[in-house]
Amino acid sequence: MEHVIVPRSTYYTIFAVLVVMTGVTTGVAFFDLGLANPVIALSIAVFKASLVVLFFMHLKYRSRLTWVVAGAAVFWLGILLVLILSDYTTRGWAWF
Amino acid sequence: MDTLAFPRTHYLNAEYGLKSWLLTTDHKRIGLLFLGAISLFFILGGIFAGLIRLELLTPPGDLVSDDTYNKLFTMHGIVMVFMFLIPSIPAVMGNFFVPIMIGARDLAFPRLNLLSWYIFMTGGLFTLYAIVTGGVDTGWTFYTPFSTLSSHSNVMTAAIGIFIIGFSSILTGLNFIVTIHTMRAPGMTWFRMPLFLWAMYATSLINVLATPVLAITIFAVALERALHMGIFDPAYGGDPVLFQHLFWFYSHPAVYIMILPAMGVVSEVIAAFSRKSIFGYKFVAFSSLAIAVFGFLVWGHHMFVAGMSVYGAMIFSVLSFLVAVPSAVKVFNWTATLYKGSISYQTPMLYALGFIGLFTIGGLTGLFLASLGVDVHVTDTYFVVAHFHYIMVGGAIMGYLGGLHYWWPKMTGRMYPDMWGRVAAVVTFLGFNLTFFPQFVLGYMGMPRRYHAYPPEFQALNVLSTAGASIMGIGYLIPAIYLLWSLKYGAIAGNNPWGAKGLEWEIPSPPPTFNFDKTPVVTEPAYAYETREK
Repeated sequence: MEHVIVPRSTYYTIFAVLVVMTGVTTGVAFFDLGLANPVIALSIAVFKASLVVLFFMHLKYRSRLTWVVAGAAVFWLGILLVLILSDYTTRGWAWF
Repeated sequence: MDTLAFPRTHYLNAEYGLKSWLLTTDHKRIGLLFLGAISLFFILGGIFAGLIRLELLTPPGDLVSDDTYNKLFTMHGIVMVFMFLIPSIPAVMGNFFVPIMIGARDLAFPRLNLLSWYIFMTGGLFTLYAIVTGGVDTGWTFYTPFSTLSSHSNVMTAAIGIFIIGFSSILTGLNFIVTIHTMRAPGMTWFRMPLFLWAMYATSLINVLATPVLAITIFAVALERALHMGIFDPAYGGDPVLFQHLFWFYSHPAVYIMILPAMGVVSEVIAAFSRKSIFGYKFVAFSSLAIAVFGFLVWGHHMFVAGMSVYGAMIFSVLSFLVAVPSAVKVFNWTATLYKGSISYQTPMLYALGFIGLFTIGGLTGLFLASLGVDVHVTDTYFVVAHFHYIMVGGAIMGYLGGLHYWWPKMTGRMYPDMWGRVAAVVTFLGFNLTFFPQFVLGYMGMPRRYHAYPPEFQALNVLSTAGASIMGIGYLIPAIYLLWSLKYGAIAGNNPWGAKGLEWEIPSPPPTFNFDKTPVVTEPAYAYETREK
């Protein structure tokens, strides 16, 4: 497999973005936005995690097989979340 | 006819001394390191089980206190699940035979393999420390809020031990996946692989995908216990049912980590001792993957009475029935393989046949528990205890012993006395059923699990169960004696004592350090018995 050399500036840029987004997460937490608070915090967290996986863990430069492996992990996380939510979202439903 | 000479040099005598074992990267030696470690843990877990059964011989709690009893069943569960059953077949026979069965000289990451043993031992020692310094009383499931709020036993030490052991499973799984993908010999296509390898592959997928969730869950328990972070405890704004979701997301697939490898062993043994290729090979192969995937969708059936939503419970109930399909495919296909086979009842075959019967009972009673109405009646009773012991002891340990007896001649170069092997298999089978069948009845009659005292009307069945446990103990003791005996006095096995197919039977017993003098070329499917004997 071809070995990609990532320029150092890319890492610095990603690091800066991660720091800024951490600041944004903290800042947003000071405002009461109701349900939007966790939505925004989680969206930023997903964005930051994606940057780490893509650039720091080099997924962006790897083969499709590596993408499949990473995708499987995300898919399995999806199973965990969806089936847990099948419990939490229906607890208040009336029993027929 | 294979030569019966003992090879002059092999992996056991290639190097001598403690250092040659503790720093080895030979997958076969690492397999034996695991064998030694898990055997000791099995004895320890067995002692706890023996004490539990002795206490339950009489209705009052007269042998140990209620606190001690709580610790006994907790430590029995922790030791048997995390320190014996989960590593058993993968870490011993998987390590030893995965490279050989695909025609490779070692696993893909030999040093990582040794590291996984050290990690396992470190975690094991942590857990042992928790045991000898007072024990744990939460049950092996560590349910919150008891484990985070109320228990004053060594919860964190034991949990850290399990956290560490998990990384050993992940590394072993990763090693097997990469090895099977990248190191198969020329001609060893996916559909020429022995079914043991498919089982190892499916197990490894579960190891890699599920074990991190256990680690995260234990970490969350630690955060809550130490820093009072509100995750599971309602007093801090958490939800105890969330712990059960996360715990069972790992621990239900962990049942398949325990049973899938045993199914792989059974496929090998059934084919070898009925001299036939496995009926519906591809279905059996894919059923391993199907069990691995479906196994992730069913964890909620452990929580039907835990306060989860009825609609969520209905979804989990339906999904739980799905797992029965690939499991039944295996049982039917093994049975169809036996049809018109040239069957011989040597020791490994007796264990394999025992597996099929006991696993079927364990699996079918699992369907009772997947049914919402029945589950409400028998949750937390001895019915559940009987059900999962039919899977984990009747299934996983019978498979483990079958595999150990099947491959022992290859691992050591020596035969054990087959007559004693058959006696042990039958004694184990009878003792097992006497131990656990009465527990189905006890549970259905309403005897709850995890109590050290019970009403007198349950005594007769409990006496039967304890008597069975002592017979089963003898069934385990006999192989321990004759297998150790065989190391020095056993007849020389030769390359292929069973006349079985597979690359492992084409190399000397015990194998040389690098398995093959030259890379083998595979030209026929697995289990081509009919071809050979025509």
